[in-house]
Amino acid sequence: MDIARLIHMANQVGAYFEAEPERSAARAGVADHLARFWEPRMRALILAYLDQAEEGDALSPLVREALLEHRARLARRGAVP
Amino acid sequence: MSLSCQHDRGTPARLSTRQVSLRIDGLSVSVPAGTSVLHAAAVAGIDIPRLCASEALEAFGSCRLCVVEVKGRRGFPASCTTLVEEDMEVTTESDALLRLRRGVMELYISDHPLDCLTCSANGNCELQDMAGRVGLREVRYADGANHLKEEADVSNPYFAYDPAKCIVCSRCVRACADIQGTFALTTTERGFASRIAAAGGADFLDSECVSCGACVAACPTAALMEKSVIQQGQPQRGVTTTCAYCGVGCSLNAELQGEKLIRMVPDPKGGANRGHACVKGRFAWGYATHADRITTPMIRQSIRDPWRVVGWEEAIHHAAAEFKRLQGRYGAESVGSITSSRCSNEETYLVQKLTRAAFGVNNVDTCARVCHSPTGYGLKQTLGESAGTQDFDSVMQADVVLVIGANPTDGHPVFGSRLKQRLRQGAKLIVADPRTIDLVDTPHVRAVHHLKLRPGTNVALVNALAHVIVAEGLVDEAFVAARCDGASFAKWRAFVADPRHSPEATAAVTGVPAATVRGAARLYATGGNGAIYYGLGVTEHSQGSTMVMGIANLAMATGNIGRPGVGVNPLRGQNNVQGSCDMGSFPHELPGYRHVSDDATRHLFESAWGVKLSDEPGLRIPNMFDAALSGSFKGLYVQGEDIAQSDPNTQHVTAALESLECLVVQDLFLNETAKFAHVFLPGASFLEKDGTFTNAERRISRIRKVMRPLAGHADWEVTQMLANALGYPMNYGHPSEIMDEIARLTPSFHGVSYARLDELGSLQWPCNEAHPQGTPTMHVEEFVRGKGRFMLTEYVATEERVNRRFPLLLTTGRILSQYNVGAQTRRTANTVWHPEDILELHPLDAEDRGIRDGDWVGLQSRAGETVLRALISTRMQPGVVYTTFHWPGSGANVVTTENSDWATNCPEYKVTAVQVSRVEEPSEWQRRFARFNREQQTLLDNRQRDDHATV
Repeated sequence: MDIARLIHMANQVGAYFEAEPERSAARAGVADHLARFWEPRMRALILAYLDQAEEGDALSPLVREALLEHRARLARRGAVP
Repeated sequence: MSLSCQHDRGTPARLSTRQVSLRIDGLSVSVPAGTSVLHAAAVAGIDIPRLCASEALEAFGSCRLCVVEVKGRRGFPASCTTLVEEDMEVTTESDALLRLRRGVMELYISDHPLDCLTCSANGNCELQDMAGRVGLREVRYADGANHLKEEADVSNPYFAYDPAKCIVCSRCVRACADIQGTFALTTTERGFASRIAAAGGADFLDSECVSCGACVAACPTAALMEKSVIQQGQPQRGVTTTCAYCGVGCSLNAELQGEKLIRMVPDPKGGANRGHACVKGRFAWGYATHADRITTPMIRQSIRDPWRVVGWEEAIHHAAAEFKRLQGRYGAESVGSITSSRCSNEETYLVQKLTRAAFGVNNVDTCARVCHSPTGYGLKQTLGESAGTQDFDSVMQADVVLVIGANPTDGHPVFGSRLKQRLRQGAKLIVADPRTIDLVDTPHVRAVHHLKLRPGTNVALVNALAHVIVAEGLVDEAFVAARCDGASFAKWRAFVADPRHSPEATAAVTGVPAATVRGAARLYATGGNGAIYYGLGVTEHSQGSTMVMGIANLAMATGNIGRPGVGVNPLRGQNNVQGSCDMGSFPHELPGYRHVSDDATRHLFESAWGVKLSDEPGLRIPNMFDAALSGSFKGLYVQGEDIAQSDPNTQHVTAALESLECLVVQDLFLNETAKFAHVFLPGASFLEKDGTFTNAERRISRIRKVMRPLAGHADWEVTQMLANALGYPMNYGHPSEIMDEIARLTPSFHGVSYARLDELGSLQWPCNEAHPQGTPTMHVEEFVRGKGRFMLTEYVATEERVNRRFPLLLTTGRILSQYNVGAQTRRTANTVWHPEDILELHPLDAEDRGIRDGDWVGLQSRAGETVLRALISTRMQPGVVYTTFHWPGSGANVVTTENSDWATNCPEYKVTAVQVSRVEEPSEWQRRFARFNREQQTLLDNRQRDDHATV
């Protein structure tokens, strides 16, 4: 899948949660949203991008922080039945 | 007169806490105060003759046939305009009354053609009935002046007006005014010269008439008659079913001769429509038997190959083998399905079940993705349930109606008429829309405030409204304290109180003057019952979900939720948007909006279905396209949807479809998507199957089979065959068994069954042990989630912004006579009203570009270009242009982009930066589309028929 599109979508999610005054709640909100609504291959791609991207990547700071803090939650939960 | 109107009680029923007792022809009867004597008599089983009276209309008192005698009163009052009084004694039959009625009838018949045997209303004519009823035996004035030579107006494609048969009872005029609210009909001249006329044109077609059919239903003679009845005769039986068009979900009676549909008439008992319909549901059903219907399965290896007609077994096994091959080669998650809001609950339930249980994945989505998915998300977050809060009747108790991003008189016309009834009674209207939609200023209705905002600035506007409510102390503090989550409210109050959300600060963004916003906020918050109705102008934005939450915040803050007359009311686009979502069509939710990661819910379904289910969300439709283009998604089963026409950025969609190795399309027609298919499974129209639809007010209504499926199978049977061929057994004998399973597994449906639906007519979910009669109004005592939750709604400007290259904003929508991709309505005579999609633009924008009415104009965005004819219109604001997407060759979605809602990926159809210029020829895309279309039509026309194929 097009990583630029996924980054754009992730940053849109981040932009919504920027309004949250508590940063930890905002990070949790981003991660919860991706965990609940993003299909595993999309999450895997965005995490892979996080790992290979240099500083100043295209992810917004909030999204980057959310992915780093909640990486375990965003990994695929199990094998396909 | 329809078959269902034959027990008409003459005037509307009244509601009153006070009962009035009287005697009519010696019989005691008790009725609510305000009831007419005519209606009371009908309640007592006494049928008083009448012609100008109808239960659907207020009394008019013109025909003088319903006269009665009232003890203690002089003269012969009309029973339709005489209200009951305590201890009143009424006589309905006497020699004097008979003489009077005969005299009236004699005059009527003296100016009426005596062609009963060859008249289209023969056997179903109230004038004929009344002549018999009063024993008319002679007409002494037959040689006098008359209107018998007047010519019929046959301009409307669906009904004819024959003035020679008109008795000028005014029922049609009143139906047009009181029920439909268009005021297109009028009575011209006076006395003997009085005639009925359609205003605003030379004939009915040219007039302001919107062809809703209310006048035809109201006519007591053959003066206004359906052409289908004129051509084929009176129907013999009626079957109550549900309209297959918009989310109003009108109850209709299909009137038939054998299996042949003669006409559709609105059901007076219909809970959603209360006896009304629109040009689509009432008349545009001819597509169901159109010559374009494909009634045999077909397969092909490549989309450049001719189709091969095969039997059902071969088609199903070929499709199943292909899906298995793809999953074996590319992995289980390489396939998925799309359900449709044009299909029934039972059908969508089976498709998602097949996807989850037979494919073993959650890659199932529905067309609600591209319309109301933000409603599902936003209302779940705030109120706790992904559904509107009211029934349609609720609007009759609203004092202030706020319509945001919806155009009910076009998109939801029967609700639009109901809304206009309430507005004519005095309710106040606020419209928030970039365009001057009809509701803003229409006969006897004018919006108090029109918030004519710039496309894409909804959230800034809703925050400004909220700011006024908070800053000016208009919050319903008691409601919020009792019903809402205090912490979320405190956070929200502080958020919207910030001066950056004030109307003065946001005016530069929204384009709406601050004083107008303040006036609207005050009116909504303090004007009594405040009700919000919204449509795709809210959801189809990059902040669609945020806006839905902003609307819910407004309703909670003002206490406008939890009782009749208020609420948050999404006007759903298609008939079963609500139902398809309820049925678990979303990739992250099982039926009843329960997340796939919820262990208890998943185990419930695993136990019932006998398989292990994935706890991961699947791909949404746009994600499927992206995955297809990147090579990880290879097979798709599409039931009843036309994603190649309806989804945004057409070239992106068609590229994705072309990259699939197996596309299975189940549909009535070879639609735009099917032109990319490898397997075509013929679908059944709503007339050919049993099932249920759930409308925008959560009302579950039956669709009933009135004719056998042209292709031999109902759609649920086809899905079942496919599941079985995939190795997952399904053995339903009837859709009622599917509903029984839904009810067993879904708490909000526990009390739903076909038997209950037959008994009560319809049911609004939640319908269960706690609500056995259903739930017209939700969140009455508490919100579904317990305490209402305020959500923060920061305005984030869309990335679709005007610039030097694309200086205008395009917003798309629909019009009254056409429906969605037009697959149905384009195959009806509705095309006389809308033969092509056109581009509306403001005179200033037209002048800047040298564009005149009717010119061909190129419409270009960063996604693509198409060419349409221009219509210059002051309905638009400068800088904003508008078109519809009903015709595939128009290519509206070639221009729309993949930009989408942050939470749900609902496309931002309502905001695309574009340029418009005069051109002389079709766009490059249109030339390619025309070539591809011709090629696919040839492949269809040349389809190879296997002699052994059976259906």
